Amino acid sequence: MDKFMIFTFVGLSTSAIYAVISSGLVLTYATTGVFNVAHGAAGMLSAFAYWQLHVAWGIPTLPAALLVLFVLAPLFGVLLERVIMRGLAGTTEATRLVVSISLLVAMIGLAQAVWSPAVGRVVAPFFEGRQLTLTRDVSITYHQLITIATAVVVAVCLKVFLTRTRTGVAMRAVVDDRPLTLLNGVRTDRVAQLSWALSTSLAALGGILIVSSAGLNAATLSLLIVNAYAAAAFGRLRSLPLTFVGALVVGLGDGYLAGYLPQDQRLAGLRPAFPVLVLFAVLLVLPSRPLRTHVRSREYFPAPSLRGAATYCAVIAAFGVVLATTLSGPDTIAYAKVFAVGIVALSLVPLVGFAGQVSLCQLSFAGIGAAVAAHVSKGTLLGVVTSVVVAALVGGLVALPSLRLSGIYLALATLSFAVVLDRWLFNLPEIAGFAFFPSGSLDIQPLTVLGYTFDTPRRQMLLAVVAFTAMSALVVALRRSRYGRRLLALRDSEAACATFGLNLVGARLGVFMLSAGMAGLGGSLLAMQQSSITAADFQLLSGLPLFMLVVAGGAGFVSAGLFAGVGLYAALPLLPSLWSGLTRVQPILPGIVGIALGRSPSGAAADVSRSFTPLREDAVVLSITVAGCGAWYAVRLLDVFGNPTMWVGMVVTVLVGLGAASRRRRPAGAAEVIALEWQGVDEPWSASRVADLDRALRLEQTRMSLSEVAHGAT
Amino acid sequence: MARLDVAGVTVRFGGHTALSKVSVTAEAGSLTALIGPNGAGKTTLFNVITGLQRPDSGRVVLDGHDITRLSPHKRARHGLARTFQRLELFTMLSVRENIGVAADVHRSWAPRQHGSLDERVQRIIDLTGLGDVADTRVTALPTGQCRVVELARALACDPKVLLLDEPASGQDEAETETFASLLRRLADDGVAVLLVEHDVQLVMEVCTTVHVLDFGALLAVGTPAQVQANPAVRAAYLGHLEEVG
Repeated sequence: MDKFMIFTFVGLSTSAIYAVISSGLVLTYATTGVFNVAHGAAGMLSAFAYWQLHVAWGIPTLPAALLVLFVLAPLFGVLLERVIMRGLAGTTEATRLVVSISLLVAMIGLAQAVWSPAVGRVVAPFFEGRQLTLTRDVSITYHQLITIATAVVVAVCLKVFLTRTRTGVAMRAVVDDRPLTLLNGVRTDRVAQLSWALSTSLAALGGILIVSSAGLNAATLSLLIVNAYAAAAFGRLRSLPLTFVGALVVGLGDGYLAGYLPQDQRLAGLRPAFPVLVLFAVLLVLPSRPLRTHVRSREYFPAPSLRGAATYCAVIAAFGVVLATTLSGPDTIAYAKVFAVGIVALSLVPLVGFAGQVSLCQLSFAGIGAAVAAHVSKGTLLGVVTSVVVAALVGGLVALPSLRLSGIYLALATLSFAVVLDRWLFNLPEIAGFAFFPSGSLDIQPLTVLGYTFDTPRRQMLLAVVAFTAMSALVVALRRSRYGRRLLALRDSEAACATFGLNLVGARLGVFMLSAGMAGLGGSLLAMQQSSITAADFQLLSGLPLFMLVVAGGAGFVSAGLFAGVGLYAALPLLPSLWSGLTRVQPILPGIVGIALGRSPSGAAADVSRSFTPLREDAVVLSITVAGCGAWYAVRLLDVFGNPTMWVGMVVTVLVGLGAASRRRRPAGAAEVIALEWQGVDEPWSASRVADLDRALRLEQTRMSLSEVAHGAT
Repeated sequence: MARLDVAGVTVRFGGHTALSKVSVTAEAGSLTALIGPNGAGKTTLFNVITGLQRPDSGRVVLDGHDITRLSPHKRARHGLARTFQRLELFTMLSVRENIGVAADVHRSWAPRQHGSLDERVQRIIDLTGLGDVADTRVTALPTGQCRVVELARALACDPKVLLLDEPASGQDEAETETFASLLRRLADDGVAVLLVEHDVQLVMEVCTTVHVLDFGALLAVGTPAQVQANPAVRAAYLGHLEEVG
């Protein structure tokens, strides 16, 4: 009984922290519609700030905590709202999610840049060592007492604030009907700002309370948010009282697992994974929601033409061959990742771009593919196929519970799945002769097809290039197929699709499995390139930048896969070689890219591709340019100069070719065609323009004189 | 027995009763109208029939099958199709592709059909007169034409019952005229058409039965002439029309 009491107190104090954190999450989701994945990261930054003030600078506990809670955190919240969140009004759920994930990644990067992870930091609990003794064997620490009391105070204050104050009522009104509240004279932007300030403070409070037990680690603290999701899911992400109930379930469960879980290595990961299992259980019982009708979005992904797609595939293949034949051995292994992980990135295109669904655990599927390939393959093609099939099946299992719910829940489920793998399943020791990563790492044999073994780095890279090109072609074919159009239809309007008999869950499950299978293929190729892999290669936090770059590149375009692969494994690692000061900034960059490009939801890849149109359409200049690049390559093969010279030479050749093609396209002196609606704006009116306009409007009979137009007479 | 039989449907949104024991029927081969002022509950009733809104009580029977508890896509497979008052077109696709998606999905659950998919789509494009804009992206079309695309898409599923939610709004007089003859043709082919429409002239011209909804309750049912003569209806709805002229 004493043991039970002790762990009840442990559980209650954990519940209290989850309750505080998740109430902030619910607050912003309900009032602004942004599901803030970076909420935990805000708490993490606050915990670091508290450490800086209290431990490093020696400011006493109370002033340091008050400074963080009532000055720094609210200011940060207001800043977030002003600079980032306000620009997200009227965007799709996926875009908002990308931006908040980018924030998460950027904040973790920021914390690691400021507070080096190599240095150990400790924050002591409040009133360390002091406790209240209840019976001879049962006591509760002052820190636990303070934590529980804080949660109660927060609950009461939130209740009073939301029901008894004018601002609180306005906040609830915004939840119900934002435009109507606006019409009633409430400044909804002020309300949003307040709710961001308040919620960041709540995150900070949770962060400061938990840091003494969880440790000052940027990634761990940021991912505490996953435990808070489970609590928030109880309240369908909207109800505060139910969220508190959820926090109790998750926290007490955690406490009792700490006390009663048998000491067994196989079960050791169960406790950290417990909140996620609760989340899955909640997803299973949540009632379905009404079908979504059309959402306005600024995104547009036209189908690629066959010629364009063929050109694209040829360019990738050439790029891959040039890389494979010019790079040194170690570099080949490093850059081959561009294509293997590129396939994982590409797997997001049908899912996110076509079907409008979000998966945050593609890299985990890749990990499953890699592990299966290593266990089964023995270098055979059948092994690779098995890894694809297994990844697809696991993908189906993960997605199934949340497919009937809205997109945000699928995102949550995938995020949670990645966390379960990270915290538990990937680290399991052998059970019945199977473990994902026995002894931590896993060796894998190279692939042998028809007696040909891909056993050198160069061959591995060529294999990945071929696979990447084939997958790109597959994605293009999918986009141009009936199934692809079905997915686009589903993305636009679930309601319309259902009314002509489309089984929404089935259609979504199909694309989710396809995408997971592709990720599995990417994973198994990656494993073969590296020849030895660990669970750390496939962690959630490594996968998030990949997701962001795909969306930033333009999730509906096949080129987004290459964009993400090159960005993450070629461009980003090269940055520090330009200027060593960039090393520290490097982890923040993907986050910044994601935040910035959240505002241009169709992505960058399409813009890049469009800018090459003049070159593509000019056969003469194109042939000269290609020949020029070929020449650089040929001279490089003769070892006249190194790779940097070749690449700079090629880039310059392409840019010159592009310039020449653009000039040839519009010979000097030719009149620019100005669209009707811009005539008179882009250039002054002339008699011939007015005549054109009249003809276009069929106004020949009622022609106005030029002076009438100029003076606006009727 | 009526092709579509909606009996005693009640829907409450919190304290507000959007529909109160509403019963409506639609016969095969006839055009039935559902009229009423804004907020009367017409679209909500459509949502209940197609399964997008769960009723608090009441049933929906299609061809003798009780479909009240079925999911929207299963209802569609019983032969129910609809259009939407707020357009629900697939904005990334062309007119032909919009219709094609529906025809393709339809074929996946009703495999025995004559002709290829492309032929079927072309037939529907010809029937609805969308030939000129068939390969235009739907976002480039005016509202009136978008409504025709929605109708065409619904027709791709070969429906037994067709629910049209304000199909003529946004159309000019000539378009409405063409539209009316298209509706008659559908009815002649044996489809039961249920029409929500504010264009009273169109309703009185083409429909055989008119249901009048007001504040979520059924005010009157009858032929256009009967409904026009009904004093309650005149007061609630048509009265405004006379004032306007």
